[in-house]
Amino acid sequence: MTELGVLSQLLEIALALLLAPLLSAWVNQWRAWLQNKSAPGLLQQYRTLHKLFHKESVIAEHASRLFRSAPYIIFGCMALASAIVPTLSTDLPLSPAADAIALVGLFAVARVFISLAAMDVGTSFGTLAARREMLVGFLAEPALLMVLFSASLISKSTSLTTIVETLAQRDLAIYPSLALAGVAFSMVSLAENARVPVDNPTTHLELTMIHEALILEYSGRHLALLEWAASLKLFAYSCIGLALFFPWGVAEADAPLALLLAVPVLILKLAIGGALLALLETLSAKMRIFRVPEFLATAFLLAVIGMLVNILVGG
Amino acid sequence: MHLDWILLIVAAWLLLGVVGVFALRRLTLVAKVLFPVGGAFGLALFGLAASSFRFSHEIAVLPVGLPGLPFHFRLDSLSAFFLMVIGCVSAGVSAFAAGYFRKGEGTPPGLLAFEYHLFLASMTLVVLADDAYVFMVVWETMALSSFFLVTANHRIVEIQRAGYLYLLIAHVGAIGILLCFGVLQANSGDYTFANMRAQDLAPFWAAMAFLLALFGFGAKAGIVPLHVWLPEAHPAAPSPVSALMSGVMLKTAIYGVLRVCFDLLHLQVWWWGLLLLVVGLATALFGVVFAAAQVDMKRLLAYSSIENIGLMFAGIGLTVLFSTYGMRPMAALALTAVLYHVASHAFFKSLLFVGTGAVLHATGERNLGKLGGLIRYMPWVAWITLIGVLASAGLPPLAGFVSEWLLLQSFLFSPGLPSPFLDMLIPVVAALIALIAALAGYTMVKFFGIIFLGQPREAKLAQAHDASGWERIGMLWLVGGCIALGLLPVDFIALIDPVTRSLVGAGLRDAVGAHGWLLVPVAIERASYGPAIFLLGVGASFALAFLLVRLFYHGRLRRAAPWDCGHPWQNARMQDTAEGFGQPIRQIFEPFFRMERELPTPFDAAPRYHVSLGDHFWHWLYLPLAASVERLARLIGLLQQGRIAVYLLYSFLTLIALLMVVKQ
Repeated sequence: MTELGVLSQLLEIALALLLAPLLSAWVNQWRAWLQNKSAPGLLQQYRTLHKLFHKESVIAEHASRLFRSAPYIIFGCMALASAIVPTLSTDLPLSPAADAIALVGLFAVARVFISLAAMDVGTSFGTLAARREMLVGFLAEPALLMVLFSASLISKSTSLTTIVETLAQRDLAIYPSLALAGVAFSMVSLAENARVPVDNPTTHLELTMIHEALILEYSGRHLALLEWAASLKLFAYSCIGLALFFPWGVAEADAPLALLLAVPVLILKLAIGGALLALLETLSAKMRIFRVPEFLATAFLLAVIGMLVNILVGG
Repeated sequence: MHLDWILLIVAAWLLLGVVGVFALRRLTLVAKVLFPVGGAFGLALFGLAASSFRFSHEIAVLPVGLPGLPFHFRLDSLSAFFLMVIGCVSAGVSAFAAGYFRKGEGTPPGLLAFEYHLFLASMTLVVLADDAYVFMVVWETMALSSFFLVTANHRIVEIQRAGYLYLLIAHVGAIGILLCFGVLQANSGDYTFANMRAQDLAPFWAAMAFLLALFGFGAKAGIVPLHVWLPEAHPAAPSPVSALMSGVMLKTAIYGVLRVCFDLLHLQVWWWGLLLLVVGLATALFGVVFAAAQVDMKRLLAYSSIENIGLMFAGIGLTVLFSTYGMRPMAALALTAVLYHVASHAFFKSLLFVGTGAVLHATGERNLGKLGGLIRYMPWVAWITLIGVLASAGLPPLAGFVSEWLLLQSFLFSPGLPSPFLDMLIPVVAALIALIAALAGYTMVKFFGIIFLGQPREAKLAQAHDASGWERIGMLWLVGGCIALGLLPVDFIALIDPVTRSLVGAGLRDAVGAHGWLLVPVAIERASYGPAIFLLGVGASFALAFLLVRLFYHGRLRRAAPWDCGHPWQNARMQDTAEGFGQPIRQIFEPFFRMERELPTPFDAAPRYHVSLGDHFWHWLYLPLAASVERLARLIGLLQQGRIAVYLLYSFLTLIALLMVVKQ
C-alpha cells in the first residue's frame, strides 16, 4: 500500500460520489435531445438531491427499522462498489478486499435489501416490484458473473485490478470471447440499471414499473440516498464496462502523472458511453415483463458461450 | 486421549437420555436441565474436536458388541471436522430446544429428550466408527432415533406417512452402504476400516463400491431422485429436530462419501467425479427451483437443503476430478469449499429451522400465506433470522458467501484439466452454480419477506410473542457461527487444513496464512477476498452517510398512511402471496413441476383458483415402483391360502424336494 495508492483510492471514491449524479443527468439530457424534448440542465440531479435531503421523510405507520436502514445499507454497498472497481488506477488499497465475485455479491446485497424494504410496508405495488426485481436479479446476476469470468479466464485471475492490467496490456483487436461478453454485459447493465427495454426510469404507469415501484414508499432523505445510490450503480456499471472492454488510460502503480491524466480520460469515456446508452434507450421499446426472462437468458447464454469460446480459441 | 473424552461425552448424552426416560412428563426438569446440560456437552465436544486436529489419529477398541467383534473407533482429522460441526451446532439447537418443547399431544418430553440425545450420540459415533459393524449399528440407531423424533406428533396422519417414507428410504440406503462395505472388504472377512484401507481393489470393484456408496449415502443426503423423504420429514419433525436433521444429519452422508472415496478407496476414476458433478448439480437445481415455489415455510427450507447438499456433491465431484489428474492444490481448494459449505450450511440452516420453530410457536402457522408482518411482533427472531437468510442467500460478508466463493474459484482454476471434454464442461457448470446461487437469493427473499415483512395476513398474528430466553440464546449462538464463519475464513481454513492434507495430500494453509486478514486461496494476484474489510467498508459508508445527512440536513421523520400510489383501499390481502412470489419461477421452470391448476373463468359466481405442485419423480419412479411391489406381494400372497392343509402340503413338497437333492 503506497501513499499514491491511498490518494488514488480517495480520489476515486470522491469522483464516483460527485460524478454519479452528473452521469445520470447527462444520460437524461441526451435522451431528451434524441426525443426532441428540451432537456433539464446538467445540474438538475444535484438540485433534486439537495431538495430531497431538505424535505422531511414521510414513512408508513407500520414501517420497521429495516425500511429505515435499507437506504443507508444500499448507499454503502454502492459506495464500496465504486471504490473497488478500478477506474483511475490499478493501485487501490481496497481492491484486494473484494474481487469480481465479491463485487457481484455486493450488488446482490443491495438488491436483496431494496427488495426486502419494498416488501416491508406491505403494499401491492411494493411486493410486486420486489418479486420482479428478484426475477431480474436471479438471471442478471449469473450473467454478470459469467461476463466477469470470461475476463478472468483471460487474465487467470478474479482480482479486478489484475483483470484490468492484463486487458490493458493486450493489443488492440477484437477478441471473440470479449465481444460476446460485451454484448451480454450491455444487456445485463440495461436490466440492472432499470433502463428501457427492461424497465423505464421515467414511467408513470405503475404496472410497468420495477425500480420506481420499489422506492415508491420512500421520501425525503431516504429517497435522496436511494436516488444517489441508483446513479452510483449506473456509474459503477459503466466503469466496469469501461474497465473490461476499454481499459486504456487507467493508471498503473507508481505513476502520479498517469493518475492526473486518467481523470479526463475517464470523463471522456463516460460521456461517450452515456450518450450511447441514451441512444440505445431511445431506439428500443419497453418489453413486457414476461419477455424479460428471455432477454436476460439470452444475455446469460451469450456470456456462457463467451467463456466456451475463450476455452476453445483461447482469446 | 481426546477420543476417550469424546466417548465419555457420548456416554453422558446417553445418561441424560435415560434420566429423561425416568422423568417422562416432568417438563421443567427435561427442558431446563437436560437440554441445557446436553448443549454444554455439545460445546465440550466442539472444543475437544477443534483441539484434536493437531494429532494424526487416535484409536480405541471397546469390548462391547458381539463376541469376537469389538467396537473399533478412530478419531482422525476428517472425523474431528464433522465432530466439530455436530458439537457446535447441537449446542445451539439444544439451547433452543430447552425453550421449545411444551406440554401437548404426542411423545412426552422425557422420551423426546431420550430420543434427541440418542440421536446426537449416534451421529457422533457414526463419524468415529472404524469398522463396518459398528458403523451400521450406529447408522441404524441414527435413522431410528430420528424416525421417532420425526413422528413426535404421531397422531397426525401426514406425520405418520412422512415418518414411514423416511424410514423406508433410510433403510434402502442402508442396504446400499452395507453392500458397499461388503465390496470394500474384498472377501477377506475382516470388516474393520483398517483392513479396507489395506485392500487393493480391482477398478471394477472399486467402481462398484463407489456407486453403492453414492446410492446409500445419497439416500441419506437426499440427492435426486432419492430426495422425496426430505420435504416430507423435515416439516413433520419438531423444529429443533428439523434443524439437527438438516444441519447435521445430512452431513453424515457427506462424511460417508468422503470417507469411502478418499480414505477407504485408494484410486479414483475421472468419471466418478463427473457423475458426482452431474448428480450434484441436478440435485441443486431441482432443489432450488422447488424451494422457490413452496408455500410451506419448512418445506421451503427442506428443498433448500436439497440444493445445498447438491452443491456439496458437485464440489466433491470436482475434488475427485482434480485429484484423479494429480492436481493436488486444486483438489484441496475444491475440498475446502465443500467442507466450508458443510460448516456454514450446518449453521445457517439450523438457524433458519429454529427460526421457523419460533414462528410456529408464536402463530401456529406453517403456511406462508397466513403469515406476514412478524418483524413488528417478534423483532428478535426476525433480525436474527434475517442474518441467517442473508448467509443462506450466499451474500457477503456472511458464511454462505465464503463457501460459494471458494467453489467458484475452484471452477475458475479448472481450465487446464487434461481432458478437453471436461474443460468444455466447466464453464457450463460454473454458470449453473451461479444461477443456483442467485435463485437461492430469490428463495430467501421470498422466505423472509413473506413471513416477517409486510402486513399480517391474519388478525391473530398481532398476538404473536417473541422467542423465550433459551430460544434466544440458541439462536444467538447459531447466528454467531454464521457471522464468525463469514468473517474469519482464514482462521477456519487454517484449522481444517489437516483434513485436506490427509484426504488429498495438499492444504491451503500456506497460501492462506501469508496474507493476514485477506483470504487468498492461491496467490494474491489471482484472487483475494477480505470479509472484514468488506464489512468495514459498507459499515463505514453507512455510518458516514447517516452522520453527514444529520449534520448537513436533519433527521425529521413523520409517520403517515402508506402511499401505494394513492390507492385508498389497501388491505393485507393485496400483498403478494407466497404463491404469487413463486409464480415467475413456476412459469420459467415449468417442465420441472407436475402442475395441476384450476383456473376460474370470468363468469364464475364463486371464483376459485387452485394450483398444486407435484414432483415428477414421485409419479415416474416411486408410484410405479410401489405398484410393482404391490403386484409382486399379491402374487406371493397367492401362496397364502389360510388353510392348514395347504401349508402342510407346502412343507411336505419342500421335504420331498430336499430329499431328492440329498439323494443325488
